[in-house]
Amino acid sequence: METSSPPCIELERVSKSYGDLTVIHDLSLRIHDGEFLTFLGPSGCGKTTILRLLAGFERPTTGRLRIRGQDVTGEPPNRRAVNTVFQSYALFPHMTVFENAAFGLRMRRKSKEEIRVRVEEALRAVKMLSFAGRRPSQLSGGQQQRAAIARAIVNKPAALLLDEPLSALDAKLRKEVQLELKELRRKLGITFVFVTHDQEEAFSMSDRVAVINHGVIEQIDAPNVIYETPKNLFVARFVGEINVFDGVAVSQNGKVLDARVEGRPCRLNAGERRYAPGQKIKTLLRPEDIRLEKANGETPDGLFGVVADTVYKGMTIDLIIETDGGKKISATEFFNEDAPEAMFEKGERVRVDWVEDWEVVLPDDGA
Amino acid sequence: MTERSPFRNLAVAAVGGWLTVFVILPNLMTLATSFLSRGEVEFAILPITFSSYRELAGPEFLRMFLDSAWLALGAAMACLAIGYPFAYILARLSPKKRKLGLLFVIIPFWTNSLIRTYALITILNANGLLNKVLLGLGLISAPLDILYTETAVFIGLAYTLLPFMILPLYASIEKLDPRLIEAARDLGAGSFQTFFRVSLPLTLPGIVAGTMLVFLPALGMFYVPDVLGGSRSLLVGNFIRNQFLTARNWPLGSAASVLLTAIMALLLAVYYFCNKRVRREAAA
Amino acid sequence: MKRSLKAAYLTAVYGFLYLPLLVLIAFSFNDSKFLVSWKGFSLRWYASLAGNSSLLDAALRSLALAASSATAATLIGALAAIALKRYRFAGRKALSASLYVVTVSPDIVMGISLLILFITLNLPLGFLTLFLSHVTFCLPFVTITILARLSGMDQSLIEAAADLGAGEYAIFRLVILPIAMPAVMAGWLLSFTLSLDDVIVSFFVTGPSFEILPLKIYSMVRLGVKPEVNALCAVMFAITLMVVGATQLLMKEKR
Repeated sequence: METSSPPCIELERVSKSYGDLTVIHDLSLRIHDGEFLTFLGPSGCGKTTILRLLAGFERPTTGRLRIRGQDVTGEPPNRRAVNTVFQSYALFPHMTVFENAAFGLRMRRKSKEEIRVRVEEALRAVKMLSFAGRRPSQLSGGQQQRAAIARAIVNKPAALLLDEPLSALDAKLRKEVQLELKELRRKLGITFVFVTHDQEEAFSMSDRVAVINHGVIEQIDAPNVIYETPKNLFVARFVGEINVFDGVAVSQNGKVLDARVEGRPCRLNAGERRYAPGQKIKTLLRPEDIRLEKANGETPDGLFGVVADTVYKGMTIDLIIETDGGKKISATEFFNEDAPEAMFEKGERVRVDWVEDWEVVLPDDGA
Repeated sequence: MTERSPFRNLAVAAVGGWLTVFVILPNLMTLATSFLSRGEVEFAILPITFSSYRELAGPEFLRMFLDSAWLALGAAMACLAIGYPFAYILARLSPKKRKLGLLFVIIPFWTNSLIRTYALITILNANGLLNKVLLGLGLISAPLDILYTETAVFIGLAYTLLPFMILPLYASIEKLDPRLIEAARDLGAGSFQTFFRVSLPLTLPGIVAGTMLVFLPALGMFYVPDVLGGSRSLLVGNFIRNQFLTARNWPLGSAASVLLTAIMALLLAVYYFCNKRVRREAAA
Repeated sequence: MKRSLKAAYLTAVYGFLYLPLLVLIAFSFNDSKFLVSWKGFSLRWYASLAGNSSLLDAALRSLALAASSATAATLIGALAAIALKRYRFAGRKALSASLYVVTVSPDIVMGISLLILFITLNLPLGFLTLFLSHVTFCLPFVTITILARLSGMDQSLIEAAADLGAGEYAIFRLVILPIAMPAVMAGWLLSFTLSLDDVIVSFFVTGPSFEILPLKIYSMVRLGVKPEVNALCAVMFAITLMVVGATQLLMKEKR
C-alpha cells in the first residue's frame, strides 16, 4: 500500500536498549494516514515502549522516527504532532473536564474563544459536554476515559496514541467503547495507534494488527490474515486457541504435501512453502476447523481419539479429545438443538478430521 | 525530561548546597574540634590530642553517661508502653477520625516545649494537681516529693517526647494489613499470640524508629532537668552545654557530641536492618 | 478490647498531653502570684502582660522567626522534593539519605555544630544565625512531607502535560505545584511548629541582640516565672489554633 505522500508515522530501523537489555530490535514500520493500527503482544513484549517512542517519552537508541515526513527523533513530546491517551487516563485531578481538555490549547496560547469552541467540539465528540464542569474524581471510569480522549484530540494531532485505554473498564463497557472508538476514528479521520494485549480487542477495531514479541514484529497484517494464516507458531498461539500437531514431511507435489502427522499418514496443503522429505513440520488447526465423526472401525489414514471431556458454552460445545498418541486437542462444535443425539458423549471414540485446506503447515523451528 | 534543565540544577544546588554548608560542614568541624586542645581566647587550639576522648572514657563521665542513658531508655520504654496501644487504636479508627486524632497529637507542639515543661511544675509540686488527686483518692497519706527529683525529669522527658513515639508507631501500624490479623485469628491464634507473632514483628521498624526518636533527644534535653530537676546535671545534654557555656572546654563538649552522633549512627543501622527485614518478608 | 475501653484509653493519653496546657491556661486567669493555689478568676495577668513590652517583643520575635524560617524552608524543601522526584542526578541517593539523617539527629548536636560554624565564620549571633539554623532543621521535614505526596502522584500526569505541549516550567507551575500544594501547606505548618517548639538549637545559636520567647522564659525560670507568661502562652496558643483552623477551612473550601 505505497502512496506518494509520506506516511503518517514512519519508524526506520529503530532500536531501544536500557543498558544491556534491548527491548526493541531494529524495527521498521510505516503507519498510513487515517489507519487504525494495533500493536498486540504479551506484557513485556515492548509494545508500550514503541508507543512511548512515538510520543517522545523515550528516545530510540538507534534509528530514525518521522511524523508526516518530518524527522522527530530528537524532539521532546511537547513538540510532536501526536497525542496520547494513557492507560491510567492521567487526567489532571485539580482541573475540571473542561480545563483538562483545554490544556493542550492553552499551551499553544490559543485565544479564549477558540479554546471554548474547540473544547466544546471535542467534548461533544466524546459525549462529555454535559460533564465539562466536573472534576475527574466525580466521573466514572468510562467517563474519565472519554475525557482523556477529548483532551488528546483537541489539538487535532496527526495520530492518536492509545496505551491500553480500555484495560480498566469492565467487559460490557469495553465492548461499547470499542465500537465508539471505531466510530470516533471514522468521524475524526485521524490515525489511531493502539496498544493492547487483548486479541479480540485488536481484531475488532483495527485495519492492521502488528503482533509483537520480544521487541520484534512477528507479523503485521489485517486481522483475518493473522488469524487464518499466521506466519509462525508464536502468532498462531497468541491469537486465539489453536491445536498444534507434530509431523514429518514425506513428499511434496506443488502445494500438496504428503506427511505423517502424529504418526498417521495425512495429505496437507503446504501453501507456498517447500519441505524436504524427512523435515519436521507443525500442522496447526483452530478448534472450530476441526471436524469430528463417530469412529466406525479403523481406516489406514487419519487421527483417532477418545472424547475426554465436553464443555458446554451455550452456542457451541467444546470437546477435549485425547488422541491415540496421548495428545490432548480441542474442537468446537455448534450445538445442535434439533438432534442432541448427534452430539458426542464422553468416552466416545472419534475420528479427527478438519475442513479441507484450513490447516496451516509450518516448519518445526523448535518453538 | 530534558537532560540539562536550569530548574533542576538550581533545585539540586540549593538543597545540596544548604545541607553541605549547614549540616555536613558543621559536623565535620565538630569532629575536628573534638581532637583539638582547649584554648583560652580561641575556643579550640592546636595541638591535636586525644585527651578529650580519654576524659570521656574516665569514670566520672561514664557514670553520668550511664545514668543519662538509663533515664533516656526508661523514658523511651514508658513512651512505647503508653504510645503503642494509643497508636494502635488510632490507626484502626475511620480515616476522618484518624486525621483529627493525629492533629490533636500535634497541637501541643504549638506551645513551646520549654513552656510545657514549666507547666508540669504546677502539676508535680507538693501542693500540685497530682498530689491533690492522689490524696483525694486516698492512695497516699502525705504529698509525694516528686518535683526536683529524677522522677520529675523522667516524667518530663516522657511527656515532651511521647508524640515522637506515637507518630512513627502510627505510621507503621497503619501500614499493617488488618487482614493479616484476621488471618491469624482465623488460623486459631489468640489475641496474645496474634500480637506477638504478627503485629509486633511487622511493626518493629516503627518501634525502633520511635525508640530512637525518644532516646536520642532525651539524652540531650538539658532544659528538662534544669526546670524540673533542680538544675543538677543529669543528662549528657547538660554536660555538653556546660562544656560550651560555663567550663569553656569546647573540645570535650564536641567529643561528647561526636559520641551522640555515633550512637545515632548505630541506632540508624539497627533501624535500617529491621526495616529491610520486614520489607523483604512483606515482599516474599 | 471493648470500644468504651479504647475510648477511655485515648482520652487518658490525650489528657496526659493536654493537662499541662490546660493548667497553664487556667492559671493565667488565677488571681494569685503563685502557681500553686487558686484564688479566683482574674484578668490581671493579661493586663500586666499588655504592659510588659520585653515579653511581648520576645513573643513577636519568635513568631517572626517561625514564619520566616518556615517560608524559606518550604521554598527550598519544595524545590528539593521536586528535584528528587523528577530527576536522576549524581548524589541523589546521598541527598535523600542525608535528609532522613538530619530528621533524627539530636538537637544538641546540631546546636553546637552550628555554633562552631558561626563562630568560625565570625557571624554575629542573632536573627540571621537563628534563621539559618531553623531553616536547616525544618528543611528535611518539609522535603519529606512534599516528597511523600509527590511519590503518590501518577508519573503519567507529567507525561500527559508534556504530550499536550507543556514545557518544563509549565509542567511545574500547572501540574506539579497544584498537586503538591496541600503538602506544601502541611510542610509550612510543620516547620512553623518545629520552629516555635525549639529550645535547644536556639539556645546555642542566639545572642543577646535577638532574644526569643523560650530563651527569655528559660532565663526567667530560676528567678520564678510570673503568671504573665501563662497569659502570653494562652494568647499564643489561641492565635495558632485560629490560624490553623482558618487554613483548614480554606483548604476544605478549595476542594
